[in-house]
Amino acid sequence: MKAYLSRRYRFSASHRLHTDAYDAAKNRAVFGKCNNPHGHGHNYTVQVTLGGQVDPATGMVCNLADLDSFAEKYLLARFDHTNLNTLECFKNVVSTTENLTVEIYRIFENFTAARLEHVHVEETSNNSFDYAGGALPAPAKISGTI
Amino acid sequence: MIFLTRKAEFSSAHYYWNDAWSPEENERVFGKCANRNGHGHNYTLEVTVAGEIDRTSGFVVDLKELKDILEREVVGVYDHRHLNLEVPEFRNAVPTTENIAIAIWRRLDGRIPNAKLHRVRIYEMPDLFADYYGEP
Repeated sequence: MKAYLSRRYRFSASHRLHTDAYDAAKNRAVFGKCNNPHGHGHNYTVQVTLGGQVDPATGMVCNLADLDSFAEKYLLARFDHTNLNTLECFKNVVSTTENLTVEIYRIFENFTAARLEHVHVEETSNNSFDYAGGALPAPAKISGTI
Repeated sequence: MIFLTRKAEFSSAHYYWNDAWSPEENERVFGKCANRNGHGHNYTLEVTVAGEIDRTSGFVVDLKELKDILEREVVGVYDHRHLNLEVPEFRNAVPTTENIAIAIWRRLDGRIPNAKLHRVRIYEMPDLFADYYGEP
């Protein structure tokens, strides 16, 4: 029987929405207060959903301890208490939560004990983003989109 | 088709153990969940049903009736019980969150008048939940 397991993780990070493809005025116009040169931060909540057959011996889709240690190593150790803009994955794309959600999806695609179905990221309690894989827009000429 | 979700809560004890394995293997795989003295959780159940809106009542299902079904089939059986020792479906299955979702599906499927069971979601904790949609 196929079931789905969802786990939530939290990390805190700073960022600034800015692209070199726009001039200063346009950055301010598009990104508003998120373009503050000094940055700002959020407590992010990440919810990953994994699907798979329930192992009759363990009753599990995957072992939670394995998922937690994967998340600790590849998600939390990488993002928690960092400035997202300084990370390699945001070198050429804006550190929006859309782009962050896609990056987190790519991370958990490498967790091999179960199939990644869905990533949901809450930037604040009012803003959340979902990605379930599939087509992304073709790379754009400007660096501000993925 | 419209979807309706009803929540219910229950508190239960359990442990993770497979009798086919040695104690060492159980402890290696299940960690602290293998403590045979058990531990417990406040579970939150979300049952989603799908159906058509009755033109007269405006309901998909009568929420009171759904509440009573959840109480009779699930909460009354699981609440303040030890799942391994007192709930028959976990005599031979580990009461993981995934298996609880499947077990609750089996308890409810076909028992909700005028609606089709769509999803059983069970939270073991706010940060951990399992979904079952009746898939084989």
